[in-house]
Amino acid sequence: MKGALPINRHAAQRVGFTAITLMAIATVLPIVAVVIYILIQGLPAISLEFLTGFPHDGMRAGGILPAIIGTIYLTVGTAIFSVPLGIAAAIYLSEYAGDTPLTRTIRIAIINLAGIPSVVYGLFGLGLFVLFLNFGTSILAASLTLSIMTLPVIISTAEESLRSVPQAFRTVSISLGATRWQTIRRIVLKEALPGILTGVILGLERAAGETAPILFTGAAFFLPRLPHTPFDATMALPYHLFVISTQVPEMPIQIQYGTALVLLVFVLTMNLIATVIRSRARARRQW
Amino acid sequence: MVDKIIIENLSLQYADGTESLRGINLSVPEKAVTVLFGPAGGGKSTLLRCINRLNDLTEVRASSGRVLIDGKNILDPEADVIALRRKVGMVFARPVVLPLSIRGNLTYGLELAGEKRRSKLDEAVERSLKLAALWDEVKDRLDDPAIALSGGQQQRLCLARSLALQPDIILLDEPTSGLDPISTGKVEAALQELKKEYTIILVPHSVQQAGRTSDYAAFFLQGELIEYGEGRSLFTAPKEKRTEDYITGRFG
Amino acid sequence: MEKSLNWREFVITRLIKASGYSAILFVALIFFFLVREGIPTFKEVEASSLLNVRWYPIEGHFGILPLITGSLIVTLGAGLVAVPFGIGTAVYISEIAPRWMREILKPLVELLGGLPSVVLGFLGFLVLSPFLRAFLDLPTGLTALAGSLLLGGIAVPTVVSVAEDALDAVPRAYREGAWALGATRWQTIWRVTFPAARSGVLTAVMLGVGRAIGETMTVMMVTGNAPVLAVKLGSLFSPVRTMTATIAAEMGEVANGSTHYHVLFFIGMVLFLISLGVNIAASSVVFRAKKRAERILS
Repeated sequence: MKGALPINRHAAQRVGFTAITLMAIATVLPIVAVVIYILIQGLPAISLEFLTGFPHDGMRAGGILPAIIGTIYLTVGTAIFSVPLGIAAAIYLSEYAGDTPLTRTIRIAIINLAGIPSVVYGLFGLGLFVLFLNFGTSILAASLTLSIMTLPVIISTAEESLRSVPQAFRTVSISLGATRWQTIRRIVLKEALPGILTGVILGLERAAGETAPILFTGAAFFLPRLPHTPFDATMALPYHLFVISTQVPEMPIQIQYGTALVLLVFVLTMNLIATVIRSRARARRQW
Repeated sequence: MVDKIIIENLSLQYADGTESLRGINLSVPEKAVTVLFGPAGGGKSTLLRCINRLNDLTEVRASSGRVLIDGKNILDPEADVIALRRKVGMVFARPVVLPLSIRGNLTYGLELAGEKRRSKLDEAVERSLKLAALWDEVKDRLDDPAIALSGGQQQRLCLARSLALQPDIILLDEPTSGLDPISTGKVEAALQELKKEYTIILVPHSVQQAGRTSDYAAFFLQGELIEYGEGRSLFTAPKEKRTEDYITGRFG
Repeated sequence: MEKSLNWREFVITRLIKASGYSAILFVALIFFFLVREGIPTFKEVEASSLLNVRWYPIEGHFGILPLITGSLIVTLGAGLVAVPFGIGTAVYISEIAPRWMREILKPLVELLGGLPSVVLGFLGFLVLSPFLRAFLDLPTGLTALAGSLLLGGIAVPTVVSVAEDALDAVPRAYREGAWALGATRWQTIWRVTFPAARSGVLTAVMLGVGRAIGETMTVMMVTGNAPVLAVKLGSLFSPVRTMTATIAAEMGEVANGSTHYHVLFFIGMVLFLISLGVNIAASSVVFRAKKRAERILS
């Protein structure tokens, strides 16, 4: 029976490979299906009026402009707080921090921030920004809440990007009379920037799509006007989708899918931009 | 011959236990090539990194002693490290070009020092490339990325880069270890020209290179300075047995 | 010139250091506020009554047990989906797929990770639940099962990316050694590569599960939101309610400072501690594996 053994092994491999391949396809196929389905169902709803008009008739007609604008405001607000802080923290971890208990604590803290459920961020935002600091239900409170939630993503991708810059560059720079910060600014940060940008965009993409953190901190069901100040509440695409699909009776299906499509396009565009930045940077890398 | 660098009783130990120096006493004459040679782990690179205080970046467990350059102890905490590093240039074993253009690599150090005048920068670029025997090969493509150069050209660019700051001393740590014989020859020839104006300390990658290039030579073994003398006499008639054993290849 | 440069550098360095410490500050802040608003629960509600099986705030019943079991059963179900599919996909991408396939799959999985949970919940509500109801002949499709399937999908990208990194990190020499001994690629994967990446894969699973526990919108939209104790196998096919959905659904309706308000914060505390536990466990797995590797290599 000596000949039987190799055949069994290769047969096992073929079966195994097929099974795993099918598994991978089964994982990925639904993603494609979801996008295409929403595209097909939602496209008929898309019109200039839909994208630039206000909702009428209790959301059942008209457009979703305030939700779109609101999401843009929230994304920008999140960026303002989380990007500088996140990049600075990443620079600290990559360029300054030694292997001390303090550094390890910081890293554990970041991992924990990443794992906190989004609704718990909402509670925190409610407790601190809305109530304690008295910002009220506002773009400001919601942005701050989303920022802290986005921080770990930005920090970890930015740090990874900074670390990937070869150590030799820093050594050479220092040996030519540069200070640490000059080295970071002129060489390290410059080279890591595309990777950092990718991480920032992916982080903001997630923030744009989140509902739970803004539920009690900034989201409003219906506003007749666009928000004027950061202290105003705002409508937002994810919250809007949630409300119209579960809370509003007799909601036209088309508008629901249209809203989902707009949100999806918003998020996917950011994803696309990030991916393009990343692959172009990889091609143009000088190391 | 005037001594440019005087090393007094220098001892150093890295935190992770690798490499160390034990009580090194050495004088480096100016405008000459002093060669530090010996088997791996001897402390040669460590010594170089002390001279431009690159060891400040590494975890060091203990260090003592003095390194005097022009009479001043550069290991003094009050010393201006930035100015020191401009006075002491360094070329590493693997050519590391910065992710900039050829011109950008050369003007990097000057721009850090605050030099903004285009004329001064251009002049420095041309001068240092000529000194490193690279000018003719790259003068038409100064704005190309430095990474496009061959290995030998990159290493000469690194040499030019440290020359652009007009240092007094140049340290070279196995600069030709990755290069073909022709490139190696060009670097060695450049060093012979440069020693007329600069103090050069070279860690060679072979005993033969040490013999070819040295005016003065120091043999290092496991962190200790075993023997020091004029290049010609040390390699033909070493005084210490260990030196002779290493030179003749009995160990290495 | 040098002087002003030094001053600027000093300020910038200080700011960078402060930013580094900020993560600790935020975790502490979050915990502080959760506790601040959650601890009053114990003044207003009997501690033991929190472990009752009735969650009916209007009548003062604050038993969180059904919520905990709701979260557990949905998370468990999600794990059953995410672990095989996540690890399988990771193995495929890392060990089996040709390069061109990898370049297609990786962005697609990343895309899944970027899909807003509310969109998945939306589709779950409109498409998946009715389908489950028809297919499995249930009174309603809004069940733990629907939540598990969707959460599994949400957790998969996390599992795939971390597991794939772990598999990628296994040195090529390990695989080549196995091939040299005559092993097929399949055998190599399961007997050599996968065990070597064990700790990373475990971390991937833990982080994926952590993600599933913390999901809010999707479960709120598809699990039916019935705070019923879920301990039987059949509970998978009935409506449940998770802790996260409870907070999200009821916070908007509570009065500030009321008992209900405090209990919701208390549930938030519990969720925070659970995620803390999962994350510490996950990082200690990595830490111990690294120590083991250091010992072996030294």
